[in-house]
Amino acid sequence: MRLADLLLYNAKTLQRHGFRTTMLLIAMSIGVMAVNLLTGLGEGARLFVLGEFSFLGKNTLIILPGKKETTGGLPPITGESPRDLTLADARALSRVAGVANIAPLIAGTSQVSFGGRSREAVTIGTNVHFFSIRKLAIKQGRLLPELPDYQADAVCVLGATLRKELFGAQRALGQWVRAGDRRFRVVGILEDTGQSLGMDMSEIMIIPVASAQMLFNQQGLFRIFVEVRSLTTLEQTKQRLLKTLTVQHEGEEDVTIVTQDALLASFDNIIKTMTLAVSGIGAISLVVAGILIMNVMLISVSQRTAEIGLIKALGASNRTVRWLFLAEATTMAVVGGVLGLLLSESLLWLIRSLYPGIPFIAPWWAKVASLSVAVVTAMVFAYLPAQRAAQLAPVEALMSNRGT
Amino acid sequence: MIRITQLCREFILGDQVVHALNNIDLTIADGEYISVMGPSGSGKSTLLNILGLLDLPTRGEYQLNDTNTSTLKEEARATFRRGHIGFVFQAYHLIPRLTAQENIELPLVLSGMPPKERRRKVVDILKRMGLMERAHHLPNQLSGGQRQRVAIGRALIMKPDLLLADEPTGNLDTVSGSEVVNVLESLNQEGITLIVVTHDMELGKRAKRQLRMVDGQIVEDKRLDDPASKQPSATLVASEPVKR
Repeated sequence: MRLADLLLYNAKTLQRHGFRTTMLLIAMSIGVMAVNLLTGLGEGARLFVLGEFSFLGKNTLIILPGKKETTGGLPPITGESPRDLTLADARALSRVAGVANIAPLIAGTSQVSFGGRSREAVTIGTNVHFFSIRKLAIKQGRLLPELPDYQADAVCVLGATLRKELFGAQRALGQWVRAGDRRFRVVGILEDTGQSLGMDMSEIMIIPVASAQMLFNQQGLFRIFVEVRSLTTLEQTKQRLLKTLTVQHEGEEDVTIVTQDALLASFDNIIKTMTLAVSGIGAISLVVAGILIMNVMLISVSQRTAEIGLIKALGASNRTVRWLFLAEATTMAVVGGVLGLLLSESLLWLIRSLYPGIPFIAPWWAKVASLSVAVVTAMVFAYLPAQRAAQLAPVEALMSNRGT
Repeated sequence: MIRITQLCREFILGDQVVHALNNIDLTIADGEYISVMGPSGSGKSTLLNILGLLDLPTRGEYQLNDTNTSTLKEEARATFRRGHIGFVFQAYHLIPRLTAQENIELPLVLSGMPPKERRRKVVDILKRMGLMERAHHLPNQLSGGQRQRVAIGRALIMKPDLLLADEPTGNLDTVSGSEVVNVLESLNQEGITLIVVTHDMELGKRAKRQLRMVDGQIVEDKRLDDPASKQPSATLVASEPVKR
């Protein structure tokens, strides 16, 4: 039988059983849509998080207090360590060969007020290198002054939102704001860069690290950011940093050094695994659709027994009959699958227009995979009914019911 | 040319063996017009199915045009059916979603003939069956006689040597019935071997050779041109003991 004739013959069958065909197409398209949509959402989330984490340059190392014993996974967010990272450590690190810049970091929250307005804000104590390492730009004014790290200064840089909330339409530069029991003069306003890593940089206050030590009455550093001179010597520099800190900490290796890549890789892994898991759940609906196809095909075979007998009497071989039914299932899988793809693509488009910041795009392999899984499932599940049809004895089939 | 020797067909119903055909011997020459009559359950339809390669005998040989069909595989039998045998059924067995023309075209479609060649042949048959005006009607828009003519057209389109008709007028009134019979007989006059299975004495009597079956055996084989009807040898052969 010629392929075109086969398709036409099947098209007429499917058209005659319009309701059944529609239901199957819906089931199939939901399956394909689920896989494509979920993969798209997962990929979007992954790319979003990766983007969020690459606020640091590739040549940045992060030093955390406390030793993480196991390899892989995330370092502890708040390191519990008997020995703090100190400014002395930071100073020692800045002398290590291959280090370009060092930014110590103390973080906390404080009550920031100006005039009658008051607000709780994340306050970061650091130095001028922090801005280049975190890629923060200044909209007005200037950065923190270049001071030795141990020297405090009553100046601050405000995030754009925080500035607006405290000062409204008023000019903020040069004004004094109160934070806790201290006062800081506003020297700069940050460019609004939006959220990054769950921390809204437009709502923070940045002050010199020594001032933060006094404000929070705390010597230990939360993090030290290290910018290395060259990517190629990243690993050597990391080892040298570790050695220096071990010496500083009386021979005990009680810090964790993380590279941006390691951080990204572990996030990447987690989200990829999640995406796969979720798409796998979506694929279950494809299998369900496959089973549905099998059941409907079995019904179809028993309803069309007389027809099968007839076309066998007219000279169709077992193979032709088998192909007829397999092709019917495949046609439905392809049409349903393409519908599902169109549906999921338009949904993703809708979601993208609602959340423009996140790249919800299903990767090409998800489309190929969902469609081919749909077709293969349909063929596998339709094989049994098709085989049953093919093996009907023509005489019994003809006698089974006397149709038109 | 058909030669059947020692043909048996047994069905197993529950734990009983039913001998639908019991040691049949039969020779049919090309171009014969044969009717097969007999009470229900006498094995008429079973014989027809085996002759049409729709069913397989339990034992015995069936030789069709010098081919021993017992050894043919299913694929080969399908090809044989397609090329040599046409069927006409009591219930027409048209496919309801296809038009008259498409139903007639179906064997050609199944054989993989290109559409251009098909068109010409189908138009010939439609003209011949007087169905040109009805070509694009669905079966349920046709009368019984027209439906049966579509079915005959479908049987004819592959130019078979053997036409098997199972109660072709069973569902028809007298007028359309005789119309259908005329078509079948005119085909026989053109040289097609015609075998008609029927309950209808009137119809059966028109055939030049009349077989009567009882209990799976041919009990009478009467030729019109040979007034002295003779008993076939089949009745003389004692039925074999039941084998399980």
